[in-house]
Amino acid sequence: MRGFAGRIWRERGGRTGVLLVALVLFIALILPFATPDPNKIDVPARFLPPSLHHPLGTDNLGRDLLARVTVGTRSALWIACVVIALSMAGGLALGVIAALSGRLVDRLVTGFCDIVSAFPSYILVFSLVALYGAGLGKLVVAIALAFLPQFARITRSQALTLRHRPFIESARLMGLPATTIIRRHVLPNIVGPVIVLASMNIPSVITTEAAMSFIGLGVQPPQTSLGTLIRDGYVFLDQSWWPIIGAVAVLAIATLGCTLLGEALRDVVDPKLRREP
Amino acid sequence: MSEALGIIWRRVLTGALTVVGAITLLFLLIRFVPGDLASILYGPRVTDALRASLAERMGTDQPLPVQLVLFLSHAVRGDFGINVISGRPILDEILGVLPNTLALAFSALGLSLLIGFPLGALAAVRPGSLADRILGVLSVVLITTPSFVVAILLLLVFSLALDWLPVAGAGTPGDPVDQLAHLILPTTALAVGWIGYLARLVRASLLEVLAEAHVRTLRAYGVPEWRVILIYALRPALIPVVAILGMALGDLIGGALFAELIFGRPGLGTLAYNAVVSRNFAVVQATTTVIVLVYVTANIAVDILSGLIDPRFRRTEGEAAR
Repeated sequence: MRGFAGRIWRERGGRTGVLLVALVLFIALILPFATPDPNKIDVPARFLPPSLHHPLGTDNLGRDLLARVTVGTRSALWIACVVIALSMAGGLALGVIAALSGRLVDRLVTGFCDIVSAFPSYILVFSLVALYGAGLGKLVVAIALAFLPQFARITRSQALTLRHRPFIESARLMGLPATTIIRRHVLPNIVGPVIVLASMNIPSVITTEAAMSFIGLGVQPPQTSLGTLIRDGYVFLDQSWWPIIGAVAVLAIATLGCTLLGEALRDVVDPKLRREP
Repeated sequence: MSEALGIIWRRVLTGALTVVGAITLLFLLIRFVPGDLASILYGPRVTDALRASLAERMGTDQPLPVQLVLFLSHAVRGDFGINVISGRPILDEILGVLPNTLALAFSALGLSLLIGFPLGALAAVRPGSLADRILGVLSVVLITTPSFVVAILLLLVFSLALDWLPVAGAGTPGDPVDQLAHLILPTTALAVGWIGYLARLVRASLLEVLAEAHVRTLRAYGVPEWRVILIYALRPALIPVVAILGMALGDLIGGALFAELIFGRPGLGTLAYNAVVSRNFAVVQATTTVIVLVYVTANIAVDILSGLIDPRFRRTEGEAAR
């Protein structure tokens, strides 16, 4: 494990990624202890430029923008983790079932993945939210569905290559139940590439959530995310351009850091996966 | 030749099946929503007359499989019904704005190729050089910056602060210069990520080709380096680039939704967004169907094109067919 971290740290990209992600985690987890109440309205102090008292200035209701950005960052990270966990769990289940069941099930699962991928991911999320309504929970499920096929495909192809390997065959001949074989022999051998895929997808998930919340179809006020903050800033762009900068900067740092870290992780876990970009 | 036709035919067939599957999925998703179909599709404007005409059109009193067949046959014929707000056929409205969205997506694709390709090739020619390293950092930054953020920043700088380029709309119809001026900012916003992506892809793929034995042989024969790269290495290096164009187009059409909203351009994105805001799902459903059709078609075209430029693909597919 120490070797893993060391190898990520030694690469310049990996080191930058670790530092940027650490910065984002600091903003999301530690900084809230030092910032004022993100919901405290102080209308006379609206649209203040950055100062010592308000490092990122204030928004249209005089709320402290740094405090609001910390809350937005936290929810962006939360949403990304839940979405990835959901699509990873669904993808692992579907992929293993497809690879180890009969041909018909395999066809059905791959067909389902092809059909879901026939929608560009933004369009799928957009239609789902349009149909079932905006809001945090529905947005999370919609994004998870859009990212699920990738996980199902990689799990399926990994599990297929394992299927006829001697150690799996002998486990089957020994009469071990399928669930034990999957749990003890299949999953540990496919989890590496799946985790790499998960880490590489986190930036896209963060971006999708922010984009949907930006157009008002994702997280709904009074809940805050980076997307809603950018939306608020965008609406008042003609009066002040400060409010938008903080959230945009954190969004850019988060996606850049997660991408660099994900790529470093991929190179360390499995150099074979390295197919640029 | 007949083999190639067979491959193309099979690819078109699977594409058509995927589209039918996607429309079926859309149908099921609509039917999963609690409530009656008329209020889902037409929102608060639903009247008894609309309800009755919808029941007749979609067979809402019939069993689910019959409804699905009716839904599919309407969709395949492009009959999406009437927009209850404007009173015009939805298909006409979509076809009216589709050229705007396609112009945006294709110009973004063109711009990414035009800039990303030479950048990647330059980096591959001198790996490890300062230019290569700068480009490596630059392309990651370009890839990771969300296009809607780029759109907002461009709007802020070029339209509001500098007042160089028009902010909103698609330009006056019949005035190409004006239309082009309106295209510049949204195109750039959309293209930025793919410029970085293509630069990296071209670099990696060209480096791989340049390390192959036949290139070493060419160099040993004293073929000049520019000939090696331009004439022998670039074509095989193109294969992965072409293969990704279909995905790129889908991503750009999805991203166009945000660019259109931010720059106030008429297009599929604004049409669908306004429909969501006014709870007019019939329009969203039609827009989604058209986008899926465009996306799947683009992927078929790309697969066929890949087959044409990659001799290996042709041979192995042919052998597999035999």
